[in-house]
Amino acid sequence: MLKMIGQRLMTTIPSVIGVIIVTFLLTRVLPGDTAAYFAGPAASPQAIIEIRSKLGLDQPLPVQFVSYVTALVKGDLGQSLTTGQPVTKDLAARLPASAELTLAGLILAMAVALPLGVLAAVRQGSWIDHLCRVVATAGVSLPVFFTGLLLVYVFYFILGWSPAPLGRLDVFASEPARITGLYLVDSLLAGDVTTFRAAFAQLILPALTLAIFSLAPITRMTRASMLAVLGADFVRTARASGLSNRKVIGTYAFRNAMLPVVTTLGMVFSFLLGANVLVEKVFAWPGVGSYAVEALIASDYAPIQGFVLTMAVMYVALNLMIDVLYGVIDPRVRLEG
Amino acid sequence: MNDMSQVLKTESESISAAVPAEPAPLRFDAPPSTSLWAHARHIVAENPVTGLAFGLFALILLAAVLGPSLVPYDPLASNTSSALQGPSAAHWFGTDQLGRDIFSRVIVATRLDFAIAVFSVALVFAMGGLAGVMAGFYGGWVDKVVGRIADTIMAFPLFVLAMGIVAALGNSVTNIVIATAIINFPLYARVARAEANVRRDAGFVQAARLSGNSDWRLLLTQIVPNIMPIMAVQMSLTMGYAILNAAGLSFIGLGVRPPTPEWGIMVAEGASFIVSGEWWIAFFPGLALMTAVFCFNLLGDGVRDLVDPQRRN
Amino acid sequence: MTAPPLLDIKNLTVEFATRRGAVQAVKSIDVSVAKGETVAIVGESGSGKSVTSYAVVRILDRAGRVAEGSISFSGMDLVTATERQMRDLRGREISMIFQNPRAALNPIRKVGKQIEDVLLEHVQATRATAREKAIEALTKVKIARPEERYDAYPFELSGGMCQRVVIALALACQPQLLIADEPTTGLDVTTQKAVMDLIVELTRERGMSTILITHDLGLAAAYCDKVVVMEKGKVVETASAADIFRNPQHPYTRKLMQATPRIGMSLADLLPDAPKGPPAQAAAPRPAPSPDAEPLMRVENLVKEYPRPETGAFFAKLMGKAEEPKSAFRAVDSISFTVAKGETLGLVGESGCGKSTTSMMITRLIDPSGGKIIFDGTDIGAIPAKQFAASAHRRRIQMVFQDPTDSLNPRFTAERAIADPIMRMGTISGRDALRARCEELARLVGLPVELIDRFPHQLSGGQKARVGIARAIALDPDLVILDEPTAALDVSVQAVVLNLLEELKGRLGMSYLFVSHDLNVVRLLCDRVIVMKTGAIVEQGTAEQVLGNPQAEYTKELLTAIPHPPL
Repeated sequence: MLKMIGQRLMTTIPSVIGVIIVTFLLTRVLPGDTAAYFAGPAASPQAIIEIRSKLGLDQPLPVQFVSYVTALVKGDLGQSLTTGQPVTKDLAARLPASAELTLAGLILAMAVALPLGVLAAVRQGSWIDHLCRVVATAGVSLPVFFTGLLLVYVFYFILGWSPAPLGRLDVFASEPARITGLYLVDSLLAGDVTTFRAAFAQLILPALTLAIFSLAPITRMTRASMLAVLGADFVRTARASGLSNRKVIGTYAFRNAMLPVVTTLGMVFSFLLGANVLVEKVFAWPGVGSYAVEALIASDYAPIQGFVLTMAVMYVALNLMIDVLYGVIDPRVRLEG
Repeated sequence: MNDMSQVLKTESESISAAVPAEPAPLRFDAPPSTSLWAHARHIVAENPVTGLAFGLFALILLAAVLGPSLVPYDPLASNTSSALQGPSAAHWFGTDQLGRDIFSRVIVATRLDFAIAVFSVALVFAMGGLAGVMAGFYGGWVDKVVGRIADTIMAFPLFVLAMGIVAALGNSVTNIVIATAIINFPLYARVARAEANVRRDAGFVQAARLSGNSDWRLLLTQIVPNIMPIMAVQMSLTMGYAILNAAGLSFIGLGVRPPTPEWGIMVAEGASFIVSGEWWIAFFPGLALMTAVFCFNLLGDGVRDLVDPQRRN
Repeated sequence: MTAPPLLDIKNLTVEFATRRGAVQAVKSIDVSVAKGETVAIVGESGSGKSVTSYAVVRILDRAGRVAEGSISFSGMDLVTATERQMRDLRGREISMIFQNPRAALNPIRKVGKQIEDVLLEHVQATRATAREKAIEALTKVKIARPEERYDAYPFELSGGMCQRVVIALALACQPQLLIADEPTTGLDVTTQKAVMDLIVELTRERGMSTILITHDLGLAAAYCDKVVVMEKGKVVETASAADIFRNPQHPYTRKLMQATPRIGMSLADLLPDAPKGPPAQAAAPRPAPSPDAEPLMRVENLVKEYPRPETGAFFAKLMGKAEEPKSAFRAVDSISFTVAKGETLGLVGESGCGKSTTSMMITRLIDPSGGKIIFDGTDIGAIPAKQFAASAHRRRIQMVFQDPTDSLNPRFTAERAIADPIMRMGTISGRDALRARCEELARLVGLPVELIDRFPHQLSGGQKARVGIARAIALDPDLVILDEPTAALDVSVQAVVLNLLEELKGRLGMSYLFVSHDLNVVRLLCDRVIVMKTGAIVEQGTAEQVLGNPQAEYTKELLTAIPHPPL
């Protein structure tokens, strides 16, 4: 097992290198004056020249790359023009908000998608199967920002059930003491039920939006792989040996069917991290996504670059976790490495 | 299902075994082109939703081609006296904060959104398909290079990468097309690679080698034609995703700029009015976007049913 | 025969719902199995033999249902039994083992646990005793080191070993009836013998009844008391194993029996309309190739090596460990033989012996790692496979592939497939001439000319095999490699195709290299035989010598493993 994790860790190294090269290339090699980008739209020619030498953009490309990587290793992603803060600091402050939202969305999606997919496969052709198909097709067709707006209109404007879509807490609630940065967790740790409720009320709509979006691929894959497994020879053997339905479906079919689903999670995370940006914009969620969008509008380049890099590194790490999880379920991967 | 196909296969097998000179009973008596058509009709009949998708597709195509000449108002003309009006007989979808007719803007936007999707899919089909086929057929260093490129792209959350690319390349529609094509590259390259790779050692390709075909002829006559249907499914399935992606980028202010009518940017413009109850500004463009994506996704499923030999019996 | 049978199937009809309405896969059949009796149900693919067994255990898939008839087991009607009763019965009273043992086991669960599941389900063990009983079950099927194997996953075991586990699983609860559905198909002949012997031994020991479902009449007759022959969903004949061989009644049984290659037959005997009489008539004495004549092909010290997969090499390097240089895997280990003009040389061996690799090198689809392939005076082994397509020798060496479906491009018509080599390397030009040549070839291989405009999916297996043969002989090659050309075909189609091949050889004066695992077929078709094991030749000689009086231990083992029906 350890050997497998070690091997997987090795395979992420080229990915990380690739990510660093691409983010470097995105800023330095593409057409346009990088210094002008970094200086922002209002900068004078003199300021641009200053920025250029400050960033080392007058150096040859390999030298630039080395200094870029050196800065990265020190955790230096440059300065944000808008906030005037180091990008690393900004991102670190905002990451928990995005993480809380993404995780809540994912958990919600899994809680619905897995049972739905399994039931649809077990009762193929029943109403639940049809429901599953509708969910799967409609879910991928809904633009995530549109779903968010619809939910806001219905639950905030018409029904008035949810608070205004303006961030993680309404103005009357106070931030819980920062331990994990996740408000739900922190408020519970502090035993502050009022704040927990307030944070939960703010979180539920954006999380639901993300869940609706990521529901589709998980449901679809669960149903398909469950169907495939139910038709497999070993399930026939299990049935022919008189094993109970619960055993056949739970122990034999489900665990095997989870393998492709776990693989799909990689894609789901890719979707989620992208959709996060849009959902954060809709709900004015103070996460890294809206930070990047604000930077985009202000043509503030360093934060965008830092954001892309951070997201990619996180995504690589998530994929590593998925691989390990796969190994936990599948002895073939675990033992053969 | 398996048992059934076996049962059906039997008859032809055993009859032909007994009477070798007699033609085998056919699954199709007509030449394949007709049977494909018959099969298409069968699929539409079996699954009316696919028929609906084909109908919607025709509507989208119509709006994309003839849109600007069909609409009642100039999509760019603002009229402050009639701003923020709800849907009415005069303005079916209402008007926005500048008094522009939303119906006209939604219809006119079809062409742009559709074009972005078509061009990006065509671009990625050419790049990814070619790279994937070469990688799968030749293996070796070609495979390694293509695989490494695909892996590097896949190491990013795709929408985030698209944001980065458009931000770096510059804010334009062309760059949206390019970014959308790039993020879909791994998908196409992998499918094409896998399909080319399994066929590289298939019996019929080996047989063609023995018949003295050169490598490039093997590619053109044996491999590519057999991969095309799968790539076609891929293309129709990614059309919807391409539209979503482009709309998402313009929603956060990349690519298309106001006042150009485009679904994503229109939803973005309407977003701030949602909390004050003017729902129609964001709703109708969003609905159009959703319908288009829904249509392409259904169409993709339909094309897959049409092509998938598993369902062809 | 006064005691009531253990299993009594009466007037059973099984229907499948399809797009075109209900199709009867099994049509009012009667089968009975007495206590302790071993019954074979024999038929070609799709005869309904498997469906019958699924109906007994009631594991038909969703589309299938018993339309009519009764199945009584120890006096209980299985058609009307509740699902709960059936579940109780399955695995405890009636067990099944299936084809493809590796797929029949849960890939991500320890095999011991899988046996435990069945024991616990049927209350044959408690949690405390389950492990012990599972190991006992593994011991009974003669698995070495059962305690260790208990913790193994199916992918860690060989195919034969997996089948033993499946048998252990099936017999763990001491059932009264075992249904074995093609239990040895896909296994090598020596493994087949071991598995069948084990099944017979264990079931006899316990006084169990067995139903063996198989396409192999020889296997059925060798191991069973009674044989039930099915064709297109109907039972056409039921008789004792001895009688069915000695005195088959139904024409279909006769045809099937006749098409099954056995010792003492000639090729023509396989066909239904073979003239009865002295076999010498059909087995026309082959002109023995004179030993001094220069052979068509001479293979000298041919070697194919594959590099071993480097597991964790990168990791090891990183840790500063010096990787031990592993010796490459030798798929073919320095073999030498000749093929004379007009000769059929058999290349025999079990899976993984290197026979396919050898044939791929000779057809010049892959490059050898060493040695020479001298074809008509030229060392064609020295021409790289990539350039061989342009070589003048390309047209002289052709091949007929194992799977007729896989070897035809689904987008080419039969004519286009046959014409392909002619267009690339032939001398015929012009549409009409090409068409005429294709039609001529079709007639030559017995493919009705009106079928050559069809696509592969519109042809039957036998017809596809004919297209493949027509393509191989289109340019009058000197050497044709036949890679298990009938392995994917039913036995009656195989009979026709083998005869066609023999006839074509005589008519066109080709040499064959016939690659096969089926010694009975090799005996019929080949002049000389080479037996391969783990990449090396263990024995070669004339077919009579090698198969009649084998010298090598391995050849003897192969020959005894072939099921011999009582004669």
